[in-house]
Amino acid sequence: MEKRVVFQSRWLPYALVAPQLAVTLVFFFWPASQALYWSLLIQDAFAARTQFVWFDNFRDLFNDPHYVASFQVTAVFSILVTVIGLALALLLAVFADRIVRGARVYKTLLIWPYAVAAAVAAVLWVFLLNPTLGILTHLLRALGYDWNYLLNARQALILIVITAVWKQISYNFLFFLAGLQSVPKSLIEAAAIDGAGPARRFWTIVFPMLSPTTFFLLVVNIVYAFFDTFAIVDAATNGGPVQATSILVFKVYQDGVQALDLGGSAAQSVVLMAIVIALTVAQFRFVERKVQY
Amino acid sequence: MVEQRPLGAVVSHLVLIAGVAIVALPLYVGFVASTLSFDQVTSVPMPMTPGTHLVENYGAVLLHGGTAGSKAPVGQMMWNSLVMALAIAIGKISISMLSAFAIVYFRFPLRKTCFWLIFVTLMLPVEVRILPTYKVVAELGMVDTYAGLTLPLIASATATFLFRQFFLTVPEELAEAARIDGAGPMRFFIDILLPLSRTSIAALFVIMFIYGWNQYLWPLLVTTREDMYTVVIGIKRMVAGGDTAIEWQYVMATAMLALLPPAVVVLLMQRWFVKGLVDTEK
Repeated sequence: MEKRVVFQSRWLPYALVAPQLAVTLVFFFWPASQALYWSLLIQDAFAARTQFVWFDNFRDLFNDPHYVASFQVTAVFSILVTVIGLALALLLAVFADRIVRGARVYKTLLIWPYAVAAAVAAVLWVFLLNPTLGILTHLLRALGYDWNYLLNARQALILIVITAVWKQISYNFLFFLAGLQSVPKSLIEAAAIDGAGPARRFWTIVFPMLSPTTFFLLVVNIVYAFFDTFAIVDAATNGGPVQATSILVFKVYQDGVQALDLGGSAAQSVVLMAIVIALTVAQFRFVERKVQY
Repeated sequence: MVEQRPLGAVVSHLVLIAGVAIVALPLYVGFVASTLSFDQVTSVPMPMTPGTHLVENYGAVLLHGGTAGSKAPVGQMMWNSLVMALAIAIGKISISMLSAFAIVYFRFPLRKTCFWLIFVTLMLPVEVRILPTYKVVAELGMVDTYAGLTLPLIASATATFLFRQFFLTVPEELAEAARIDGAGPMRFFIDILLPLSRTSIAALFVIMFIYGWNQYLWPLLVTTREDMYTVVIGIKRMVAGGDTAIEWQYVMATAMLALLPPAVVVLLMQRWFVKGLVDTEK
């Protein structure tokens, strides 16, 4: 789509795009190309000598058991966050869509976690589940379940999954609710007249009609779990215990900023870039066409 | 008409109330903890009703900060967060409106190139290119400055994309009429396009304000002085306070202060917030 009517000027359009281009070149293209370049280098800790090593960093990366383990943790984490997050949000949205009065109030009460910073959400949940003070820890102990996420790898993962799901629930809820409200009422009424109960109507009509929204949210949630959960991991578990919650984006930071392994961290950045690009392409190809707002 | 079942309505309300309760639980417990004394917070189980130390705790963190870990006053951190959130929101909206205007309303050599240079940034979040970006900012001497804190986060095309889509829907006749009346491009931009974009700007502002306020990884790297910390970083530093006992009443007071501004923005501007969410994901 192009405009027929346009303005004429020799210099004005360049002046208008200049600020954005400048910021983009300096803070996007320069660093991104640096990352690509570094990923092919080995550098000692004092940056005195560098050596061009082609794809050695990538080979080392995939031979490193810690990195492969980090991939697995990230996969489990993203699947849990996505599936649990979508299921809970869908449940709430279905019931919010059913009620006639007060739906707005529930909506308002459910959307505010979106405003909470991931790190703040992590601190709130760490406080609830703190091994010594946590009020939920106390409840779990009373029920005979020993909770200490600082020692138990699985519990640490549960903690970051809970936090990540809690943080994302508003977003998923809003999009599911919008999707549900766009399902034509006439279809549902027709099914009701034919004698289909609420559950049957949901699974045979509403859920299939909702599939574009679900697919869209699937991609968004995977991207969220991969990239936007750094703050949760850093503030809640710091990757521990013993790397159990060290997801990929956390490992880039840990290896690059804390361990100063420039080449290895840059290679990890490049792998992550490839993942984002693949997900973005998937989103554009499948979602753009099908989602109805 | 679909049948109305009274029982169904009751179940719906119960499920939603349970959902709201679970969502609100951390907030409630956090708030209660922020009103207790140190001894009350560290007793197990902690009291479940608000205590009497609200003013004392909030006053203490705002003016003096926690005593362990981070000693910077939270008031200063809130100010830094506000500057960062506003700079990112306003900066992003201004530069992307201008570039979207150029791309939609002008034909010029390299137009397509500019378009792609800007839109390719949609692909890569800051988290992915964090270390090289830090190096660039360090080389430019912008560590511990507001410019270093905000400029790299402004370099993204979401807003440009949104304004481009919006400008394309503006009727051709408006630009035509403006041209016939002898208005130049900037006159058209200020008198016609800007007022028409009001709702888009409001929606984007809400989203970008929250995005800026809640930034974590970037300020963590680029601020080294306590007086440049944002409030989100301040909380993390308080919790990572080392071997001294964490003063949870102060941490929770800070957490409540940190989530208040974005939460207020979302609740007061709910309509624009929902529009913004949908728009930025298109």
